[in-house]
Amino acid sequence: MGTKASTWVGIGLTTTVIGGILLANGSQSQQQTRHVAGNVAEIAPSIPSLALPVTMAAASNHAAAGKKLYQAKCGACHSLDKNRVGPRHRNIVGKRAGTVSGFRYSNALKKSKLTWTAKNLDAWLANPSKLAPGTSMGFRLTKADERSAIIAYLKSVSRKAK
Amino acid sequence: MTASELTMPSRRALIGGASKTLSVAGLAMIVSGCSYAAAPTSAGATSQDVEILNAAIALEHEGIAAYQIAATSGLLQPAVVEIGVTFQGHHKGHRDLLIKAVEQLGGTATEEQSQDHYVEALGVASLKNQEDVLRLALKLERGAANAYLGLIPSLGNDFHQVAAQMAGDEAFHAAILASALGESIPKAPLMFG
Repeated sequence: MGTKASTWVGIGLTTTVIGGILLANGSQSQQQTRHVAGNVAEIAPSIPSLALPVTMAAASNHAAAGKKLYQAKCGACHSLDKNRVGPRHRNIVGKRAGTVSGFRYSNALKKSKLTWTAKNLDAWLANPSKLAPGTSMGFRLTKADERSAIIAYLKSVSRKAK
Repeated sequence: MTASELTMPSRRALIGGASKTLSVAGLAMIVSGCSYAAAPTSAGATSQDVEILNAAIALEHEGIAAYQIAATSGLLQPAVVEIGVTFQGHHKGHRDLLIKAVEQLGGTATEEQSQDHYVEALGVASLKNQEDVLRLALKLERGAANAYLGLIPSLGNDFHQVAAQMAGDEAFHAAILASALGESIPKAPLMFG
């Protein structure tokens, strides 16, 4: 194991800094923020003129957090542009369920008549087999804030959601 | 083992010797190493388990193919290939257990797809060096650990423990790969799931 160990462990450890969520505009005096580890900040602007940029920044941060979660939680089976264990996800928001070309769906999804709205995606990620009994997707994401962030990310890569 | 020895046998050959007489509960007992009686399950629940287990088989097929492609890519040092082959063996073990489970439930296990499919699906053309390969492997292993943990609530009780065991294997792989890539140790607990 000496050779293997030196090969694998010999690659030096580097420290990465994972920063918290930073807002692009404003300061603590202009808005109320609440940061939760691993979650996305909830923002309540107190100055109306800043509402739009702050909202946009928050949405961007939410989607960025969702991208990381998507890669970690969904990446084993899904990607944006390739059908793998599951169908590809670019432009999935607003799309009819079971209709990504080239992917072989379970009958449960093909017959579901669902459209991937944010609400349906949230229900799907919370418990797929409750929404479409018989589906082959068993993965459940129990944390609502994680589901919300992933859906924000999927919206950011979907034309119909913009 | 060299990369040339990695060619996968057919699925039929792999499962040909599998016993057809074990009950689902018996299989779960063997897999998990403990003894308990399985609760009766409805046809719908059994069908749901088959669907989910087949998705897990598809996941394992892809993982096996990924290590096969990596090992024969010419991008890896021999010692890294050896470790990858060991990891691939774990995934083959997972696949075989899952296939046995699906067949015991009366289902048909999903077949692996062509190597060309996996090359395309995994974006292999973009891999230029060993680090690229390791990062892909880490992404897949980390995702697989999360996937197994995330499907436990959807599976029948008989499969909870084995799914957790498989998640443990994937987490082990991910930890080795993350260390090799120089990633820092996560500060927060509950790293997966």
